[in-house]
Amino acid sequence: MSELSSLSIAEARDALRRGDVTAVELTEACLREIEAADALNAFVHKTPEIAMERARAADAMLKEKGDEAPGMCGIPVGIKDLFCTEHVPSQAASRILENFRPEYESTVTAQLKAAGAVMLGKLNMDEFAMGSSNEHSVYGPAVNPWRVDERLLTPGGSSGGSAAAVAARLCLGATGTDTGGSIRQPAAFTGIVGLKPTYGRCSRWGIVAFASSLDQAGPMTRTVRDAAIMLQAMAGHDPKDSTSADLPLPDFEAAITGDIRGKRIGIPREYRMEGMPAEIEALWKQGAEMLRDAGAEIVDISLPHTKYALPCYYVIAPAEASSNLARYDGVRYGYRAKLAKGEGIVEMYEKTRAEGFGPEVQRRVMIGTYVLSAGFYDAYYNRARKVRSLIKRDFETVFADGIDAILTPATPSAAFGLGEMSEADPVQMYLNDVFTVTVNLAGLPGIAVPAGLDSQGLPLGLQLIGRPWEEGELLNLAETLERAAGFVSKPEKWW
Amino acid sequence: MSIDLETAAHVARLARIRVEPERLPALAEEFNRILGFIEQLNEVDVEGVEPMVSVTPMRLKRRPDEVTDGGYPEKILSNAPDAREGFFVVPKVVE
Repeated sequence: MSELSSLSIAEARDALRRGDVTAVELTEACLREIEAADALNAFVHKTPEIAMERARAADAMLKEKGDEAPGMCGIPVGIKDLFCTEHVPSQAASRILENFRPEYESTVTAQLKAAGAVMLGKLNMDEFAMGSSNEHSVYGPAVNPWRVDERLLTPGGSSGGSAAAVAARLCLGATGTDTGGSIRQPAAFTGIVGLKPTYGRCSRWGIVAFASSLDQAGPMTRTVRDAAIMLQAMAGHDPKDSTSADLPLPDFEAAITGDIRGKRIGIPREYRMEGMPAEIEALWKQGAEMLRDAGAEIVDISLPHTKYALPCYYVIAPAEASSNLARYDGVRYGYRAKLAKGEGIVEMYEKTRAEGFGPEVQRRVMIGTYVLSAGFYDAYYNRARKVRSLIKRDFETVFADGIDAILTPATPSAAFGLGEMSEADPVQMYLNDVFTVTVNLAGLPGIAVPAGLDSQGLPLGLQLIGRPWEEGELLNLAETLERAAGFVSKPEKWW
Repeated sequence: MSIDLETAAHVARLARIRVEPERLPALAEEFNRILGFIEQLNEVDVEGVEPMVSVTPMRLKRRPDEVTDGGYPEKILSNAPDAREGFFVVPKVVE
């Protein structure tokens, strides 16, 4: 691994400002790593020319502005394929967006660009962000840089390429998106930090929509401080997204003070799942002890509707997806099926969507269609929305009782082998999101922090859940946890 | 609730996804497994609970209803699978 590409964002920023390194040198180092890492299948569209051009511009900005340059200036990052990037393939890992080259740039990537960040290319993911293993991708699966035997492991999903690229030191940070756990689960599987901000903190404009009331973009980085620096550039109000919050942006990095004395951390009893591996239970306990040793108060809490979060999610997310994905019709962009003689427009829609969408996307679109269809709307969709209110109320109640943040495991297991779940029933795969999905339903910020290794030597993460708009406080707690856990392990290079 | 082949075919048609008849039994079974999982929601007492409509309490922004963007048909058409003379082209829809 190159030393330059292994720098944290904070280290690289400081070195760039001191003039110890240039953005061009950093970028070249990352591009070399990417070229040598095809076995990970993380970068699926490489953009070295754009990267070099932006690196030169960043060096010019650094020269002009010095310490006043934005924190992300000159930092090489990868972009999840779900973000539309002008004239660069953006296909949400789907065949149906084959050859799509947007004429516009998503707000989040435009803000990163304006801050001087260097885009290295587009990253693998599950198709339309639907999946927990990156195996539902038109590009084939991304591979976890961690391995303990001859098996190739999943980096998790849907932001699997982002997680693999950051963990393998191909880039310093990456964008992810999280609808049910798609930033936090892959971060936990690869031993990195993944932050899902409060719903509305980052604009969704120009991000291919999956479930609009749940989707949120966030940073995936190797340290908590880096997540704060990257979030600063990604977040903010955008008139083009009516759900983006018109709130002042705090200085997220400045919120990391290292002082968490007096904070009240909730441990929700409903997250102690039957059949949970003892290692995860032990890690969770250790995490609570670390926070207590740093001066926080640990409080047992109850979130009684937790067990209904996954079934609730599997009504709401497919319903919204079936509506959002109606736009892929073979008319305006992307793939169009070849028609036989005499076939008309309905055949064009049906064949295009059957050939263009993969099996998991088809399954969810059809489930969504069913739960929204006449006669079932109240029984499924409206009921799920009511349960969602109750799940949100659970959190509001504990926050009103003075809880500052909640500590849970990030995932119910460490990374599993690619292909191991292929025979499993889809519901089995959905259980990966059991600890993360409540956070999306309630719109809260959540962060996964690497906290230890399991007995095989694979990373495990803990999750902290914060109050709405309190990413700063959440990052401060996460940094204390990160420091106390002292997670320094790296995947050994085999690719 | 159990989904039969006819319902599975109907849902596929509503979703505008072609499903070959031999795939229908497996599809119906998958639907049933997922819906079985979802049925747990029936245990929850939702009497008097309002459906959640927005994640954070906020008023949607308003602005004057005026054109703020546009005027570049060539960009709009640049990704079309088939476009001619400034239009999207589709199979004939009216006789």
